[in-house]
Amino acid sequence: MPPINLPDTSGQRHDLDGSPATVIVFTCNHCPYALAWHERIADAARDYADRGVRFLCINPNDGERYPADSYEAMQRRVATEDWPMPYLHDADQSVARAYEAQTTPDLFVADSQGRLAYRGAPDSSHSDPSQNAAWLRAALDALLDGRAPDPAETEPVGCSVKWLA
Amino acid sequence: MPLVELLWWDGCPSHPEALADLQAALGELGLDPQAVKVVEVANEQEAERHGFIGSPTIRVDGRDVLPPEQDQPAGLTCRVYRLRDGRYSPTPDPQDLRTALARAISERT
Repeated sequence: MPPINLPDTSGQRHDLDGSPATVIVFTCNHCPYALAWHERIADAARDYADRGVRFLCINPNDGERYPADSYEAMQRRVATEDWPMPYLHDADQSVARAYEAQTTPDLFVADSQGRLAYRGAPDSSHSDPSQNAAWLRAALDALLDGRAPDPAETEPVGCSVKWLA
Repeated sequence: MPLVELLWWDGCPSHPEALADLQAALGELGLDPQAVKVVEVANEQEAERHGFIGSPTIRVDGRDVLPPEQDQPAGLTCRVYRLRDGRYSPTPDPQDLRTALARAISERT
């Protein structure tokens, strides 16, 4: 998978570091789909932390046209919520373009070698919290057990990434 | 029959669900579900012209049936609604939608 080297809301930079699994979540502040799925993704980050799984949330949106997605707005959000994962700023959208991210949210799961193991939605319904990020969790369980996730890909659902003009 | 409009933008996949909920609500209120005027907002200029603050937006006689608490600028974005249990949603809570439609229609008569 393409490399990542992006700052979080405190300025610390993050990259792919060979963790047993890394979940890359393209997400944002202003999209109702991203907001609806956020707590389920955060719960998965908490639940899989002790198995060495890293979660990296990345906001790829144009913060000029969408001020709710500015770096400052990201910092305010993290300061007022309980985030178990860093929230990275992809200011020039180079990472989102390299991953060909389509929507917020759009999830990519990498194995310890940085190979893509799963890409798509967290689960089948943004409106049903009981789904509990089932597709993501199934992919992580498979990967951590040495199996290939099935399905390895689902259709990402959400707001379009807001590309720079 | 009041003018009922659904304004949408294709950057949000929520409009089919919003239209279905709107048509169901109209049917329950005894109005023609097929009379909804569906308006695609395709670019920023059209968003400005329509005063479009996000997709989906539902209006009765030109008035937003679920206006946001704070003024929002016109633009191509997805609206964030809150369901009755507090969850975020890309579409209005169906009960809120029915109530708002009923109120908008009664205020008209």
